[in-house]
Amino acid sequence: MADLRKVAVVGVGNSKFGIRNDVNVSELTFEAVKPSLEDAGLAAKDIQFVALGSVGAGAWYEELLPAVVTGEYCGLTGAGLMRVEAACASGSAAFLTAYSAVASGQCDTAMALGVEKMREIDTPTAMEWIGRAGYYFWEFHNFGLTFPAYYALYANAHMAKYGTTEEDLALVAVKSHKYAAMNPIAHLQNRITVEDVLSSMVIASPLKLYDCSPMTDGASSIIVASEEKARELRIDTPVWVAGIGYSSGTANLSKRQDFTGLEASVLASQRAYKTAGITPSQVDFAEVHDCFTIAEILAYEDLGFCARGEGVKLLREGQTEIGGKIPVNMDGGLKAKGHPIGATGCSMIYELTRQLREEAVEKNRQVPLKNYIGLAHNVGGTGHYCYVTILKR
Amino acid sequence: MPVIKSKPITIVEEIPISKTLKFWEGLKEGKVYGTKCCKCGKLYFPPSADCPDCLCSEMQWVELGDEAEIETFTHVVVRPTSFCQYKPYTVAIGRLKEGVKVLAWLTGFKLSEVEVGMKAKLVAKTTPDGNPTYEFTRP
Repeated sequence: MADLRKVAVVGVGNSKFGIRNDVNVSELTFEAVKPSLEDAGLAAKDIQFVALGSVGAGAWYEELLPAVVTGEYCGLTGAGLMRVEAACASGSAAFLTAYSAVASGQCDTAMALGVEKMREIDTPTAMEWIGRAGYYFWEFHNFGLTFPAYYALYANAHMAKYGTTEEDLALVAVKSHKYAAMNPIAHLQNRITVEDVLSSMVIASPLKLYDCSPMTDGASSIIVASEEKARELRIDTPVWVAGIGYSSGTANLSKRQDFTGLEASVLASQRAYKTAGITPSQVDFAEVHDCFTIAEILAYEDLGFCARGEGVKLLREGQTEIGGKIPVNMDGGLKAKGHPIGATGCSMIYELTRQLREEAVEKNRQVPLKNYIGLAHNVGGTGHYCYVTILKR
Repeated sequence: MPVIKSKPITIVEEIPISKTLKFWEGLKEGKVYGTKCCKCGKLYFPPSADCPDCLCSEMQWVELGDEAEIETFTHVVVRPTSFCQYKPYTVAIGRLKEGVKVLAWLTGFKLSEVEVGMKAKLVAKTTPDGNPTYEFTRP
């Protein structure tokens, strides 16, 4: 990134995640935008460019042009505006877009927004829309795959190859709920046991209800600025973008090499590590894309936190909890904090930033920091898109 | 919570199949076709009218064999709206002898019998409502 300007995260905001039938998409976005502006010490009119990640516009919520609708409601009209789509990684794609606008010198302040309203339609229809998010024509039209089913294909292959068990998958859910219970913005704040997971209803075998992230409404807002602007704003603890890596996978799952890892995650993380000039062992903590429990285990292996097939070992030993080798998803993850698809990527950056500042996170889930490096891994679809963002204080 | 319901609409897209017509007609004759690039020789399933590898648009139709090895599977219990009329179904990805993989329903087995690595047979079929499709079944 030799020719690019340094970029800092200077303001973050996040709405309460959950079933938010009390607000429409604009009102929900406002809940994230306002605190992010206050955090940065900026007014809405100071934001020069906005990239909004959102997936269900016109499908599971009513507005087709959410960037303009939420932009108007939050006082951002006049800024450069766009909606960005990378399925469940749309928030990270929006962050990359906002980052690039500042890094390239096009502007000095930009906003990455993510929002999703997923609870305005019934569950089977939501399953339908999200199930179509692969290759509709070849893999949905005749076969009716759902999003849990796509990841279930990976779960069964991983279990067959490495001996991963349903109890192992359950451990991910138990961990996520444990930390979500300490996070006031999380959707699911109840503690659960392995037995609760194993006895929950089967959605797509071997995945059960508690293996799945909930359908969540939520919004998240991140403001980035150039080094000069961050200094001018007198930001106490700017958090710097150290590296972003990206990659993608085939639309048809049948075109994949194997089903025991996501190639897009491997490539995106390698590129992010290279850009940041670090190795996986230097990462203090991570936010990984655990839309389903199996996805967190795949992520450990794909991101190089352990060798292939050893993800469950990290989990069983508690190495991805506070006090372990690398704490993962200390906000409850997608699994329990919730997964408002377009907002998730920005919400990961929100959590990384607050953890790196060591000031805002609820104390009992603050990660210990050695290198002051955090990583966000955001997957779109079933490894269809992947963005890995590394932040450093 | 108080709400206002949006105006309902029904959306049906008409998806062109001119370039893959032989595939859909082949299914009705009990055959499963892939395509092979005349320039680089790469075989495709699902069939493709253009070669993503060398960007050549000269492709030939190749009938695929029926022997498959199951690489992974799942039993879909909670179904999407447009599949709610079906009983829960099993979906599998199988690798054919030719090397390409196919994603399709797996029928004719008890769920407890299904495992990664087992053999299955790929067959073309027409659904009761007249739609051509293909599935894995007992060899």
